[in-house]
Amino acid sequence: MSAGAPDIGLRGGVIKLGAVTRFLLRVLGQSVPALKRPRLLVAQIYNAGARSLVIIMLSGVFVGMVLGLQAYDLLARFGSESALGVAAALGLIRELAPVLTALLFAGRAGTALASEIGLMGATDQLTAMEMMAVDPVRYVVAPRFLGGVIAMPLLTAIFDCVGIYGTQLIGVTMMRIPPGTFWSQLVNAVELRDIREGFIKSVVFGVTCSLVAVYEGYYAEPTAEGVGLATTRTVVTSAVLILMLDYILTAMFL
Amino acid sequence: MNKQAEESGEALIDVRDVHYAIGTHTVFSGLNVRVAQGSITAIMGPSGTGKTTLLRLIMGQVRPQSGQVRVFGQDVPSLARTELYALRQRVGMLFQNGALLTGMSVFDNVAFPVREHARLPEAVLRELVLMKLQAVGLRGAAGLMPSELSGGMARRVALARAIVMDPEVLLYDEPFVGLDPISKGVILRLIQSLNRAMKITSVLVSHDVTEISRIADQTYLIAGGKVVAEGSPAALEQDGTAVVKQFISGAPDGPVPFHYPAGDYFTQLLQR
Repeated sequence: MSAGAPDIGLRGGVIKLGAVTRFLLRVLGQSVPALKRPRLLVAQIYNAGARSLVIIMLSGVFVGMVLGLQAYDLLARFGSESALGVAAALGLIRELAPVLTALLFAGRAGTALASEIGLMGATDQLTAMEMMAVDPVRYVVAPRFLGGVIAMPLLTAIFDCVGIYGTQLIGVTMMRIPPGTFWSQLVNAVELRDIREGFIKSVVFGVTCSLVAVYEGYYAEPTAEGVGLATTRTVVTSAVLILMLDYILTAMFL
Repeated sequence: MNKQAEESGEALIDVRDVHYAIGTHTVFSGLNVRVAQGSITAIMGPSGTGKTTLLRLIMGQVRPQSGQVRVFGQDVPSLARTELYALRQRVGMLFQNGALLTGMSVFDNVAFPVREHARLPEAVLRELVLMKLQAVGLRGAAGLMPSELSGGMARRVALARAIVMDPEVLLYDEPFVGLDPISKGVILRLIQSLNRAMKITSVLVSHDVTEISRIADQTYLIAGGKVVAEGSPAALEQDGTAVVKQFISGAPDGPVPFHYPAGDYFTQLLQR
Protein backbone atom coordinates (compact mmCIF):
# COMPACT_ATOMS: atom_id res chain seq x y z
CA MET A 1 0.00 0.00 0.00
CA SER A 2 1.29 3.46 -0.85
CA ALA A 3 2.35 5.83 1.88
CA GLY A 4 -0.37 8.27 0.89
CA ALA A 5 -3.23 5.81 1.33
CA PRO A 6 -3.94 6.47 5.03
CA ASP A 7 -3.98 10.20 4.31
CA ILE A 8 -6.53 9.70 1.52
CA GLY A 9 -8.57 7.54 3.88
CA LEU A 10 -8.42 10.17 6.61
CA ARG A 11 -9.25 12.96 4.18
CA GLY A 12 -12.09 10.91 2.72
CA GLY A 13 -13.37 10.30 6.25
CA VAL A 14 -13.28 13.99 7.11
CA ILE A 15 -15.05 14.89 3.85
CA LYS A 16 -17.74 12.26 4.54
CA LEU A 17 -18.14 13.52 8.10
CA GLY A 18 -18.57 17.05 6.75
CA ALA A 19 -21.17 15.88 4.23
CA VAL A 20 -23.09 13.98 6.94
CA THR A 21 -22.97 17.02 9.25
CA ARG A 22 -24.31 19.29 6.50
CA PHE A 23 -27.05 16.77 5.80
CA LEU A 24 -27.89 16.60 9.53
CA LEU A 25 -28.18 20.40 9.68
CA ARG A 26 -30.46 20.33 6.61
CA VAL A 27 -32.61 17.62 8.20
CA LEU A 28 -32.76 19.49 11.51
CA GLY A 29 -33.74 22.65 9.62
CA GLN A 30 -36.67 20.77 8.07
CA SER A 31 -37.59 19.02 11.32
CA VAL A 32 -39.59 21.96 12.68
CA PRO A 33 -41.95 21.96 9.66
CA ALA A 34 -42.09 18.16 9.97
CA LEU A 35 -43.18 18.48 13.62
CA LYS A 36 -46.15 20.53 12.43
CA ARG A 37 -47.43 17.53 10.49
CA PRO A 38 -48.25 15.08 13.27
CA ARG A 39 -49.91 12.55 10.96
CA LEU A 40 -46.72 12.02 8.98
CA LEU A 41 -44.66 11.87 12.15
CA VAL A 42 -46.95 9.42 13.94
CA ALA A 43 -46.88 7.15 10.88
CA GLN A 44 -43.09 7.09 11.03
CA ILE A 45 -42.99 6.48 14.79
CA TYR A 46 -45.33 3.56 14.12
CA ASN A 47 -43.11 2.25 11.31
CA ALA A 48 -39.85 2.56 13.22
CA GLY A 49 -41.19 1.86 16.72
CA ALA A 50 -44.34 -0.23 16.80
CA ARG A 51 -43.17 -2.50 14.01
CA SER A 52 -39.95 -3.19 15.92
CA LEU A 53 -41.82 -4.17 19.11
CA VAL A 54 -41.88 -7.93 18.53
CA ILE A 55 -38.15 -8.23 17.87
CA ILE A 56 -37.33 -5.89 20.78
CA MET A 57 -39.56 -7.73 23.28
CA LEU A 58 -38.42 -11.19 22.20
CA SER A 59 -34.77 -10.18 22.40
CA GLY A 60 -35.34 -8.36 25.69
CA VAL A 61 -36.85 -11.32 27.48
CA PHE A 62 -34.10 -13.70 26.33
CA VAL A 63 -31.32 -11.23 27.14
CA GLY A 64 -32.88 -10.79 30.59
CA MET A 65 -33.04 -14.56 31.11
CA VAL A 66 -29.43 -15.10 30.01
CA LEU A 67 -28.36 -12.26 32.25
CA GLY A 68 -30.33 -13.89 35.09
CA LEU A 69 -28.55 -17.25 34.63
CA GLN A 70 -25.06 -15.76 34.28
CA ALA A 71 -25.43 -13.24 37.10
CA TYR A 72 -26.98 -15.87 39.41
CA ASP A 73 -24.05 -18.20 38.79
CA LEU A 74 -21.56 -15.41 39.46
CA LEU A 75 -23.32 -14.04 42.53
CA ALA A 76 -23.84 -17.54 43.99
CA ARG A 77 -20.06 -17.90 44.20
CA PHE A 78 -20.02 -15.01 46.68
CA GLY A 79 -23.27 -15.95 48.37
CA SER A 80 -24.98 -12.81 47.06
CA GLU A 81 -27.78 -14.33 44.98
CA SER A 82 -30.25 -11.85 46.45
CA ALA A 83 -28.52 -9.03 44.54
CA LEU A 84 -29.53 -10.60 41.23
CA GLY A 85 -32.27 -8.04 40.59
CA VAL A 86 -29.90 -5.11 41.17
CA ALA A 87 -27.16 -6.55 38.97
CA ALA A 88 -29.54 -7.29 36.12
CA ALA A 89 -31.41 -4.02 36.34
CA LEU A 90 -28.27 -1.87 36.39
CA GLY A 91 -26.69 -3.86 33.57
CA LEU A 92 -29.82 -3.56 31.49
CA ILE A 93 -30.75 0.03 32.18
CA ARG A 94 -27.28 1.53 31.84
CA GLU A 95 -25.76 -0.65 29.15
CA LEU A 96 -27.45 -3.61 27.56
CA ALA A 97 -30.87 -2.18 26.75
CA PRO A 98 -29.69 1.00 24.96
CA VAL A 99 -26.95 -0.82 23.03
CA LEU A 100 -28.89 -3.92 22.04
CA THR A 101 -32.03 -1.93 21.19
CA ALA A 102 -29.95 0.32 18.95
CA LEU A 103 -28.29 -2.65 17.24
CA LEU A 104 -31.65 -4.33 16.68
CA PHE A 105 -33.16 -1.03 15.54
CA ALA A 106 -30.35 -0.59 12.98
CA GLY A 107 -31.00 -4.08 11.68
CA ARG A 108 -34.77 -3.77 11.45
CA ALA A 109 -35.89 -0.15 11.14
CA GLY A 110 -32.59 1.31 9.86
CA THR A 111 -32.39 -1.02 6.89
CA ALA A 112 -36.09 -0.49 6.15
CA LEU A 113 -35.57 3.30 6.16
CA ALA A 114 -32.46 3.19 3.98
CA SER A 115 -33.95 0.83 1.42
CA GLU A 116 -37.29 2.68 1.31
CA ILE A 117 -35.66 6.08 0.68
CA GLY A 118 -33.11 4.51 -1.68
CA LEU A 119 -35.87 2.89 -3.73
CA MET A 120 -37.82 6.14 -3.80
CA GLY A 121 -34.71 7.71 -5.32
CA ALA A 122 -34.21 4.88 -7.80
CA THR A 123 -37.81 5.14 -9.01
CA ASP A 124 -37.64 8.94 -9.45
CA GLN A 125 -40.10 9.59 -6.62
CA LEU A 126 -37.72 12.00 -4.86
CA THR A 127 -37.01 13.81 -8.15
CA ALA A 128 -40.74 13.98 -8.83
CA MET A 129 -41.24 15.71 -5.47
CA GLU A 130 -38.48 18.18 -6.32
CA MET A 131 -40.23 18.88 -9.62
CA MET A 132 -43.51 19.45 -7.78
CA ALA A 133 -41.68 22.04 -5.65
CA VAL A 134 -41.81 19.79 -2.58
CA ASP A 135 -38.53 19.37 -0.70
CA PRO A 136 -38.02 15.60 -0.22
CA VAL A 137 -35.88 16.28 2.84
CA ARG A 138 -38.88 17.98 4.46
CA TYR A 139 -41.49 15.48 3.32
CA VAL A 140 -39.61 12.16 3.32
CA VAL A 141 -36.38 12.42 5.31
CA ALA A 142 -37.20 14.65 8.30
CA PRO A 143 -40.31 12.72 9.49
CA ARG A 144 -38.44 9.41 9.23
CA PHE A 145 -35.44 10.81 11.08
CA LEU A 146 -37.64 12.22 13.86
CA GLY A 147 -39.68 9.02 14.01
CA GLY A 148 -36.51 7.03 14.65
CA VAL A 149 -35.20 9.48 17.25
CA ILE A 150 -38.49 9.40 19.18
CA ALA A 151 -38.97 5.63 18.85
CA MET A 152 -35.53 4.63 20.16
CA PRO A 153 -35.91 5.72 23.84
CA LEU A 154 -39.40 4.21 23.92
CA LEU A 155 -38.12 0.90 22.58
CA THR A 156 -35.23 1.01 25.05
CA ALA A 157 -37.65 1.51 27.95
CA ILE A 158 -39.66 -1.50 26.76
CA PHE A 159 -36.44 -3.55 26.45
CA ASP A 160 -35.60 -2.55 30.05
CA CYS A 161 -38.96 -3.70 31.40
CA VAL A 162 -39.09 -6.94 29.42
CA GLY A 163 -35.44 -7.71 30.24
CA ILE A 164 -36.00 -7.26 33.97
CA TYR A 165 -39.07 -9.49 33.67
CA GLY A 166 -36.86 -12.14 31.99
CA THR A 167 -34.33 -11.96 34.84
CA GLN A 168 -37.16 -12.20 37.33
CA LEU A 169 -38.39 -15.37 35.60
CA ILE A 170 -34.98 -16.96 36.19
CA GLY A 171 -34.23 -15.51 39.63
CA VAL A 172 -37.62 -15.70 41.33
CA THR A 173 -39.47 -18.45 39.47
CA MET A 174 -36.56 -20.81 38.75
CA MET A 175 -33.92 -20.08 41.37
CA ARG A 176 -36.41 -19.35 44.17
CA ILE A 177 -35.03 -15.97 45.22
CA PRO A 178 -37.78 -14.41 47.37
CA PRO A 179 -39.68 -11.89 45.20
CA GLY A 180 -39.66 -9.31 47.99
CA THR A 181 -35.86 -9.43 48.18
CA PHE A 182 -35.50 -9.32 44.41
CA TRP A 183 -37.76 -6.30 43.88
CA SER A 184 -36.93 -4.28 47.00
CA GLN A 185 -33.17 -4.48 46.36
CA LEU A 186 -33.76 -3.51 42.74
CA VAL A 187 -35.92 -0.51 43.66
CA ASN A 188 -33.47 0.67 46.34
CA ALA A 189 -30.35 0.37 44.16
CA VAL A 190 -31.52 1.84 40.87
CA GLU A 191 -31.16 5.62 40.93
CA LEU A 192 -32.41 8.32 38.68
CA ARG A 193 -28.92 8.88 37.28
CA ASP A 194 -28.86 5.26 36.04
CA ILE A 195 -32.07 5.82 34.13
CA ARG A 196 -30.76 9.18 32.88
CA GLU A 197 -27.60 7.46 31.55
CA GLY A 198 -29.66 4.88 29.69
CA PHE A 199 -32.01 7.54 28.35
CA ILE A 200 -29.21 9.80 27.06
CA LYS A 201 -27.52 6.83 25.40
CA SER A 202 -30.75 5.80 23.70
CA VAL A 203 -31.34 9.32 22.36
CA VAL A 204 -27.76 9.55 21.02
CA PHE A 205 -28.10 6.12 19.43
CA GLY A 206 -31.49 7.12 18.01
CA VAL A 207 -30.00 10.18 16.32
CA THR A 208 -27.04 8.13 15.06
CA CYS A 209 -29.01 5.19 13.67
CA SER A 210 -31.70 7.33 12.07
CA LEU A 211 -29.18 9.75 10.55
CA VAL A 212 -27.05 6.95 9.09
CA ALA A 213 -30.15 5.27 7.63
CA VAL A 214 -31.68 8.36 6.02
CA TYR A 215 -28.29 9.59 4.76
CA GLU A 216 -27.37 6.27 3.17
CA GLY A 217 -30.85 5.93 1.64
CA TYR A 218 -30.94 9.50 0.31
CA TYR A 219 -27.54 9.28 -1.33
CA ALA A 220 -27.81 5.67 -2.52
CA GLU A 221 -26.92 4.95 -6.14
CA PRO A 222 -30.27 4.73 -7.96
CA THR A 223 -29.75 1.07 -8.88
CA ALA A 224 -30.67 -2.26 -7.28
CA GLU A 225 -27.03 -2.78 -6.34
CA GLY A 226 -26.75 0.76 -4.99
CA VAL A 227 -29.78 0.34 -2.71
CA GLY A 228 -28.44 -3.01 -1.50
CA LEU A 229 -25.08 -1.47 -0.70
CA ALA A 230 -26.73 1.44 1.12
CA THR A 231 -28.69 -1.02 3.27
CA THR A 232 -25.54 -2.96 4.13
CA ARG A 233 -23.62 0.23 4.93
CA THR A 234 -26.48 1.33 7.20
CA VAL A 235 -26.14 -1.74 9.41
CA VAL A 236 -22.34 -1.82 9.45
CA THR A 237 -21.85 1.92 10.06
CA SER A 238 -24.61 2.06 12.69
CA ALA A 239 -23.25 -0.95 14.58
CA VAL A 240 -19.69 0.38 14.69
CA LEU A 241 -20.82 3.89 15.66
CA ILE A 242 -23.13 2.58 18.40
CA LEU A 243 -20.31 0.60 20.04
CA MET A 244 -17.83 3.47 19.70
CA LEU A 245 -20.26 6.05 21.07
CA ASP A 246 -21.24 3.66 23.87
CA TYR A 247 -17.64 3.55 25.06
CA ILE A 248 -17.34 7.36 24.94
CA LEU A 249 -20.65 7.90 26.76
CA THR A 250 -19.91 5.26 29.40
CA ALA A 251 -16.50 6.83 30.06
CA MET A 252 -18.19 10.23 30.41
CA PHE A 253 -20.82 9.00 32.85
CA LEU A 254 -18.50 7.02 35.14
CA MET B 1 -40.75 41.76 -15.66
CA ASN B 2 -41.80 38.22 -16.35
CA LYS B 3 -45.19 39.31 -17.60
CA GLN B 4 -43.46 41.82 -19.84
CA ALA B 5 -41.24 39.12 -21.25
CA GLU B 6 -44.21 36.92 -21.96
CA GLU B 7 -46.23 39.72 -23.53
CA SER B 8 -43.34 40.90 -25.71
CA GLY B 9 -43.57 37.65 -27.66
CA GLU B 10 -40.41 36.12 -26.19
CA ALA B 11 -40.23 32.36 -26.21
CA LEU B 12 -41.71 30.84 -23.05
CA ILE B 13 -38.66 28.58 -22.80
CA ASP B 14 -35.44 29.85 -24.27
CA VAL B 15 -32.31 27.69 -24.15
CA ARG B 16 -29.44 29.65 -25.65
CA ASP B 17 -25.92 28.45 -26.46
CA VAL B 18 -25.92 25.97 -23.59
CA HIS B 19 -22.78 23.98 -22.84
CA TYR B 20 -23.15 21.15 -20.37
CA ALA B 21 -20.78 18.34 -19.52
CA ILE B 22 -20.79 15.56 -16.93
CA GLY B 23 -17.16 15.07 -16.00
CA THR B 24 -15.29 14.68 -19.27
CA HIS B 25 -18.42 13.68 -21.21
CA THR B 26 -19.85 16.61 -23.17
CA VAL B 27 -23.65 16.42 -23.33
CA PHE B 28 -24.40 19.78 -24.99
CA SER B 29 -22.06 22.07 -26.87
CA GLY B 30 -23.95 25.13 -28.00
CA LEU B 31 -27.54 23.95 -27.73
CA ASN B 32 -30.30 26.34 -28.83
CA VAL B 33 -34.00 25.55 -28.30
CA ARG B 34 -36.95 27.94 -28.22
CA VAL B 35 -40.46 26.94 -27.17
CA ALA B 36 -43.28 29.27 -28.18
CA GLN B 37 -46.24 29.83 -25.90
CA GLY B 38 -49.15 27.48 -26.54
CA SER B 39 -47.18 25.22 -28.85
CA ILE B 40 -46.38 21.52 -28.78
CA THR B 41 -42.64 21.25 -29.22
CA ALA B 42 -40.94 17.92 -29.68
CA ILE B 43 -37.34 17.23 -28.73
CA MET B 44 -36.14 14.20 -30.63
CA GLY B 45 -32.88 12.41 -30.99
CA PRO B 46 -31.15 9.08 -30.56
CA SER B 47 -30.89 7.53 -27.10
CA GLY B 48 -28.21 9.08 -24.94
CA THR B 49 -28.18 12.47 -26.65
CA GLY B 50 -29.30 14.27 -23.50
CA LYS B 51 -33.01 14.80 -24.19
CA THR B 52 -33.98 14.14 -20.58
CA THR B 53 -31.00 16.22 -19.43
CA LEU B 54 -32.50 19.13 -21.38
CA LEU B 55 -35.69 18.81 -19.31
CA ARG B 56 -33.58 18.77 -16.14
CA LEU B 57 -31.87 21.95 -17.29
CA ILE B 58 -35.23 23.60 -17.94
CA MET B 59 -36.48 22.59 -14.48
CA GLY B 60 -33.28 23.82 -12.82
CA GLN B 61 -32.30 20.40 -11.53
CA VAL B 62 -28.90 20.71 -13.18
CA ARG B 63 -27.01 23.86 -14.18
CA PRO B 64 -25.18 24.40 -17.45
CA GLN B 65 -21.49 25.30 -17.46
CA SER B 66 -22.32 28.19 -19.78
CA GLY B 67 -25.24 29.59 -21.76
CA GLN B 68 -28.72 30.70 -20.78
CA VAL B 69 -31.82 28.77 -19.78
CA ARG B 70 -34.78 31.14 -19.48
CA VAL B 71 -38.28 30.04 -18.50
CA PHE B 72 -41.06 32.67 -18.24
CA GLY B 73 -38.27 35.20 -18.79
CA GLN B 74 -36.42 34.06 -15.65
CA ASP B 75 -32.83 32.87 -15.78
CA VAL B 76 -33.29 29.39 -14.25
CA PRO B 77 -29.67 28.59 -13.21
CA SER B 78 -29.41 31.81 -11.18
CA LEU B 79 -32.67 31.29 -9.25
CA ALA B 80 -32.58 30.75 -5.49
CA ARG B 81 -34.26 27.60 -4.15
CA THR B 82 -37.51 29.38 -3.19
CA GLU B 83 -37.71 31.13 -6.58
CA LEU B 84 -37.03 27.85 -8.34
CA TYR B 85 -39.81 26.16 -6.36
CA ALA B 86 -42.17 29.03 -7.28
CA LEU B 87 -41.31 28.50 -10.94
CA ARG B 88 -41.81 24.74 -10.68
CA GLN B 89 -45.36 25.32 -9.44
CA ARG B 90 -46.09 26.80 -12.88
CA VAL B 91 -44.54 23.84 -14.73
CA GLY B 92 -45.74 20.24 -14.67
CA MET B 93 -43.58 17.27 -15.54
CA LEU B 94 -44.53 13.78 -16.63
CA PHE B 95 -41.82 11.24 -15.90
CA GLN B 96 -40.98 8.32 -18.13
CA ASN B 97 -42.08 5.79 -15.49
CA GLY B 98 -44.77 7.99 -13.96
CA ALA B 99 -42.81 8.32 -10.68
CA LEU B 100 -45.97 7.92 -8.62
CA LEU B 101 -45.51 7.90 -4.85
CA THR B 102 -45.88 4.21 -4.11
CA GLY B 103 -47.12 4.62 -0.54
CA MET B 104 -50.21 6.59 -1.60
CA SER B 105 -53.39 5.75 -3.48
CA VAL B 106 -54.09 7.16 -6.93
CA PHE B 107 -56.35 9.82 -5.37
CA ASP B 108 -53.70 10.90 -2.85
CA ASN B 109 -51.03 10.98 -5.55
CA VAL B 110 -53.06 13.42 -7.60
CA ALA B 111 -54.00 15.43 -4.51
CA PHE B 112 -50.38 15.55 -3.29
CA PRO B 113 -49.20 18.79 -4.97
CA VAL B 114 -52.40 20.61 -3.97
CA ARG B 115 -52.13 19.48 -0.36
CA GLU B 116 -48.53 20.69 -0.30
CA HIS B 117 -49.08 24.08 -1.89
CA ALA B 118 -52.67 25.12 -1.22
CA ARG B 119 -55.05 24.99 1.69
CA LEU B 120 -58.22 23.74 0.08
CA PRO B 121 -61.17 22.33 2.00
CA GLU B 122 -61.19 18.54 1.59
CA ALA B 123 -64.52 18.65 -0.30
CA VAL B 124 -63.15 21.09 -2.89
CA LEU B 125 -59.93 19.08 -3.17
CA ARG B 126 -61.95 15.92 -3.76
CA GLU B 127 -63.89 17.56 -6.60
CA LEU B 128 -60.69 18.88 -8.16
CA VAL B 129 -58.90 15.53 -8.01
CA LEU B 130 -61.90 13.63 -9.38
CA MET B 131 -62.16 16.17 -12.20
CA LYS B 132 -58.53 15.63 -13.19
CA LEU B 133 -58.88 11.85 -12.93
CA GLN B 134 -62.02 12.06 -15.07
CA ALA B 135 -60.00 14.01 -17.66
CA VAL B 136 -57.53 11.12 -17.98
CA GLY B 137 -60.29 8.51 -17.77
CA LEU B 138 -59.27 7.04 -14.41
CA ARG B 139 -61.86 8.38 -11.96
CA GLY B 140 -62.81 4.78 -11.27
CA ALA B 141 -59.24 3.96 -10.25
CA ALA B 142 -59.05 6.65 -7.54
CA GLY B 143 -58.90 4.09 -4.74
CA LEU B 144 -56.23 1.88 -6.32
CA MET B 145 -52.59 1.80 -5.27
CA PRO B 146 -49.84 2.48 -7.87
CA SER B 147 -48.77 -1.18 -7.73
CA GLU B 148 -52.23 -2.15 -9.03
CA LEU B 149 -51.93 -0.01 -12.18
CA SER B 150 -50.67 -0.96 -15.63
CA GLY B 151 -47.86 1.10 -17.21
CA GLY B 152 -50.29 3.12 -19.30
CA MET B 153 -52.61 3.77 -16.36
CA ALA B 154 -49.70 4.85 -14.16
CA ARG B 155 -48.66 7.38 -16.79
CA ARG B 156 -52.20 8.72 -17.03
CA VAL B 157 -52.38 9.12 -13.24
CA ALA B 158 -49.03 10.91 -13.38
CA LEU B 159 -50.49 13.16 -16.07
CA ALA B 160 -53.48 13.95 -13.85
CA ARG B 161 -51.02 14.80 -11.05
CA ALA B 162 -48.98 16.97 -13.42
CA ILE B 163 -52.04 19.05 -14.42
CA VAL B 164 -53.72 19.27 -11.03
CA MET B 165 -52.03 22.62 -10.28
CA ASP B 166 -53.10 23.96 -13.71
CA PRO B 167 -49.55 24.48 -15.00
CA GLU B 168 -48.74 26.79 -17.87
CA VAL B 169 -46.10 24.41 -19.24
CA LEU B 170 -46.02 20.61 -19.30
CA LEU B 171 -42.82 18.68 -19.88
CA TYR B 172 -43.24 15.09 -21.05
CA ASP B 173 -40.28 12.73 -20.71
CA GLU B 174 -40.69 9.86 -23.20
CA PRO B 175 -44.48 9.65 -22.76
CA PHE B 176 -44.93 6.79 -25.25
CA VAL B 177 -42.14 4.43 -24.17
CA GLY B 178 -43.26 0.89 -23.38
CA LEU B 179 -46.95 1.51 -24.09
CA ASP B 180 -49.26 -0.62 -26.21
CA PRO B 181 -50.86 1.08 -29.26
CA ILE B 182 -54.11 1.80 -27.41
CA SER B 183 -52.35 3.43 -24.44
CA LYS B 184 -50.15 5.39 -26.86
CA GLY B 185 -53.25 6.65 -28.62
CA VAL B 186 -54.83 7.65 -25.30
CA ILE B 187 -51.74 9.57 -24.17
CA LEU B 188 -51.46 11.20 -27.60
CA ARG B 189 -55.07 12.38 -27.48
CA LEU B 190 -54.63 13.64 -23.91
CA ILE B 191 -51.53 15.67 -24.80
CA GLN B 192 -53.39 17.23 -27.70
CA SER B 193 -56.55 17.99 -25.77
CA LEU B 194 -54.64 19.46 -22.80
CA ASN B 195 -52.74 21.68 -25.19
CA ARG B 196 -55.91 22.86 -26.91
CA ALA B 197 -58.37 23.01 -24.02
CA MET B 198 -56.09 24.31 -21.28
CA LYS B 199 -53.68 26.20 -23.56
CA ILE B 200 -50.79 24.36 -21.94
CA THR B 201 -47.45 24.82 -23.67
CA SER B 202 -46.07 21.33 -24.12
CA VAL B 203 -42.53 20.04 -24.54
CA LEU B 204 -42.23 16.39 -25.51
CA VAL B 205 -39.04 14.46 -25.30
CA SER B 206 -39.44 11.41 -27.47
CA HIS B 207 -38.01 9.33 -30.26
CA ASP B 208 -41.34 8.06 -31.54
CA VAL B 209 -41.30 9.68 -34.97
CA THR B 210 -44.82 8.58 -35.96
CA GLU B 211 -46.51 9.87 -32.82
CA ILE B 212 -44.58 13.13 -32.79
CA SER B 213 -45.37 13.89 -36.41
CA ARG B 214 -49.08 13.68 -35.58
CA ILE B 215 -49.14 16.32 -32.86
CA ALA B 216 -46.00 18.50 -32.78
CA ASP B 217 -45.97 22.08 -34.07
CA GLN B 218 -42.21 22.36 -33.88
CA THR B 219 -39.55 19.67 -33.74
CA TYR B 220 -35.92 19.79 -32.72
CA LEU B 221 -33.59 16.94 -33.56
CA ILE B 222 -30.60 16.77 -31.23
CA ALA B 223 -27.46 14.80 -32.00
CA GLY B 224 -23.85 15.26 -30.98
CA GLY B 225 -24.68 17.82 -28.31
CA LYS B 226 -26.48 20.32 -30.54
CA VAL B 227 -29.59 20.80 -32.65
CA VAL B 228 -28.97 19.26 -36.07
CA ALA B 229 -32.40 20.00 -37.51
CA GLU B 230 -35.49 21.96 -36.57
CA GLY B 231 -38.86 22.77 -38.05
CA SER B 232 -42.29 21.25 -38.44
CA PRO B 233 -42.47 17.43 -38.54
CA ALA B 234 -43.29 17.65 -42.27
CA ALA B 235 -40.23 19.81 -42.91
CA LEU B 236 -38.05 17.33 -41.03
CA GLU B 237 -39.31 14.48 -43.18
CA GLN B 238 -38.18 16.41 -46.26
CA ASP B 239 -34.79 17.26 -44.72
CA GLY B 240 -31.92 15.82 -46.75
CA THR B 241 -29.34 15.83 -43.95
CA ALA B 242 -27.87 12.36 -43.43
CA VAL B 243 -28.46 12.24 -39.68
CA VAL B 244 -32.08 13.38 -40.05
CA LYS B 245 -32.71 10.83 -42.80
CA GLN B 246 -31.18 8.08 -40.66
CA PHE B 247 -33.30 9.04 -37.67
CA ILE B 248 -36.57 9.36 -39.59
CA SER B 249 -36.05 6.11 -41.53
CA GLY B 250 -34.68 4.24 -38.52
CA ALA B 251 -31.57 3.01 -40.36
CA PRO B 252 -29.34 1.08 -37.92
CA ASP B 253 -26.06 2.56 -39.17
CA GLY B 254 -25.12 5.98 -40.47
CA PRO B 255 -23.90 9.23 -38.93
CA VAL B 256 -25.14 7.77 -35.64
CA PRO B 257 -23.01 4.60 -35.67
CA PHE B 258 -24.37 1.15 -34.84
CA HIS B 259 -21.14 0.22 -33.02
CA TYR B 260 -19.91 1.81 -29.86
CA PRO B 261 -16.39 3.18 -30.55
CA ALA B 262 -13.90 0.29 -30.38
CA GLY B 263 -10.55 -0.79 -31.79
CA ASP B 264 -10.08 -3.09 -34.75
CA TYR B 265 -12.27 -6.21 -34.36
CA PHE B 266 -9.77 -8.62 -36.01
CA THR B 267 -6.88 -7.35 -33.87
CA GLN B 268 -8.92 -7.72 -30.71
CA LEU B 269 -9.87 -11.30 -31.61
CA LEU B 270 -6.21 -12.21 -32.07
CA GLN B 271 -5.21 -10.69 -28.76
CA ARG B 272 -4.84 -13.02 -25.79
